[in-house]
Amino acid sequence: MFTNAPGVLFDGIAYGSLLFLMSIGLSVTMGLMRFINLAHGAFAMLGGYVSVVAVTRLGVPFLLALPIAFAAAAAAGAVLERTLYRRLYRRSPLDQVLFSLGLTLMSVAAATYVWGPGQQPVHLPRFLLGQVRFLGVDLGVYRLFLVVLVAAITVALVALVRGTRFGARIRASVDDPQASAGLGINVTRVFSVTFTLGSGLAGLGGALSIDVLGLDPTFPLKYLVYFLLVVVVGGAGSIAGTLAASLLLGVFDVSGKYYVPAVGAFVIYALMVVLLLLFPGGLRRSVR
Amino acid sequence: MSALEPARLPDARPPDGRPPDGRWHPAEMVFWLALVAVIFVFPGRLVLGSQVLITGLFALSLDLILGYAGIVSLGHAAMFGAGAYTAGLLARHGWGEPLSGLLVAAAVGAAVAWATSFIAVRGGDLTRLMVTLGIGLMLYEAANQAASITGGVDGLSDMTVRDLLGVFHFDLGGRTAYVYSLVVLFAVFLVCRRLVRSPFGLSLRGIRDGPRRMPAIGSPVRRRLIAVYTLAGAIAGIAGALLAQTTQFVGLEVLGFSRSADLLIMVVLGGPGWLYGGLIGAAVFMIAQNQLSSVNPVYWQFWLGLLLVAIVFAARGGVVGAVASARERLLARLAR
Repeated sequence: MFTNAPGVLFDGIAYGSLLFLMSIGLSVTMGLMRFINLAHGAFAMLGGYVSVVAVTRLGVPFLLALPIAFAAAAAAGAVLERTLYRRLYRRSPLDQVLFSLGLTLMSVAAATYVWGPGQQPVHLPRFLLGQVRFLGVDLGVYRLFLVVLVAAITVALVALVRGTRFGARIRASVDDPQASAGLGINVTRVFSVTFTLGSGLAGLGGALSIDVLGLDPTFPLKYLVYFLLVVVVGGAGSIAGTLAASLLLGVFDVSGKYYVPAVGAFVIYALMVVLLLLFPGGLRRSVR
Repeated sequence: MSALEPARLPDARPPDGRPPDGRWHPAEMVFWLALVAVIFVFPGRLVLGSQVLITGLFALSLDLILGYAGIVSLGHAAMFGAGAYTAGLLARHGWGEPLSGLLVAAAVGAAVAWATSFIAVRGGDLTRLMVTLGIGLMLYEAANQAASITGGVDGLSDMTVRDLLGVFHFDLGGRTAYVYSLVVLFAVFLVCRRLVRSPFGLSLRGIRDGPRRMPAIGSPVRRRLIAVYTLAGAIAGIAGALLAQTTQFVGLEVLGFSRSADLLIMVVLGGPGWLYGGLIGAAVFMIAQNQLSSVNPVYWQFWLGLLLVAIVFAARGGVVGAVASARERLLARLAR
């Protein structure tokens, strides 16, 4: 029954690492400011389109297009945070949902207007194509690249959060914003910077995901459930929880579609509801 | 996830000072008479009109749980779709009598809502949002996969809906559909209007505004939320059944995410917590959509998004809330 299990597992892990990259910013945003940001996928989409334009129209090498996508999404995140998001931190969840849903709809319409409704082509460099055989399993080179890259980014993030002074400020602000502000931490600034970083990472994820998830204007709505699911299950504001939830979700989704295609996306939604029932506070409290 | 702030809609508060005696305000009578007048003034637009009424009924259902009980739901289409498929399947398999179909659909909508309420009303807003979203998506997938029953993406057609009360034929002009929808909407509205003025309705508002205090005064919060969620499910089921019977078609999009999201937008646009807000929001939304999306559906989505952002920043409380606050300002000026 479980033919090709290692291959499916690997694909699931690659998919999960993408989800992690795109959700970690959302997780920190929700953990830090309790802001329900349904528009997070729009930043990922922006990164994807920027990288497509850079590679196909401007002839930038793929590896160089990735930091450009990061920078573009981070810049958009920084501007929107300053101008709009910041005013809504103290508002009700309903207001936040409506605002970010509006932003998402606008981004979908704008992307359709600029780039058309179709799927965007992706041109990977030659060294990322093909497969390698590792311990008797065929692994896609690009997916291997994804996993390694995301692992490196995760290590860097953990080092940032655990090892630096700024990381200590983030952790303090997540745990208790009021007390942190009382100790002289500029929580607003900490949040600006993390929002920018999170948007940038989403943009990077969007650029990396074109080959795996595809890219069209409905991207922010299509993957919204996945991002929210990762955050809710992983526990907002936790890197380890987000990583665990992303990988779990990635493996379940890929293997569900591979082994029981008739059930389709049902597996993932059922998994979500069950996990929410079992861990209403997120996986973090049970994993740690 | 730590507890989010409790749902509060401070600017969309119904006039709590109003005595709960259920007297009819003249504006309310004008509103309902205007809906009757539509039959004679716009006889050519009754198909759209009946769709607006049905969506208004659906919005009324969401307003009960959002505006009164403070439950933010992104999956309300689940009950609407359940009702639509129930009525559609009944009519397709020989039970074309509309009124009994409506009742069965209401029962199915209520059953779906009751069964899911145990997981939908727990936790904070974010959890509720996710669970309702997840339930909606699950039902959508289920209907999509069970194509042999539901028709899948092709939708459910070939249904024979019998004449209403054995007399009124469902005509192409939509006259029967409009009157039928209007009568059902009004009947359900009366129930809701009575309900929100009852002690039960007051306790719902109490739960919305003070979820921590209500248990302290002995209010069974969970049971109340389950009850109102189930009732809202029955109403949504009726709305879905009306759509199925009047259009004689059920598409997969009755369960879609955008139906839930649009509905939320309508209620907020009209103003949650007034009962009329959902009706007005549905009318404004659907007429605007009808006009704008014939120009270009993509632009429509953009303006809709912009409108949402504008509502959040400028006009919380929606149309009804804006009218009410304008009236209060005017009265204050006159009193001086």
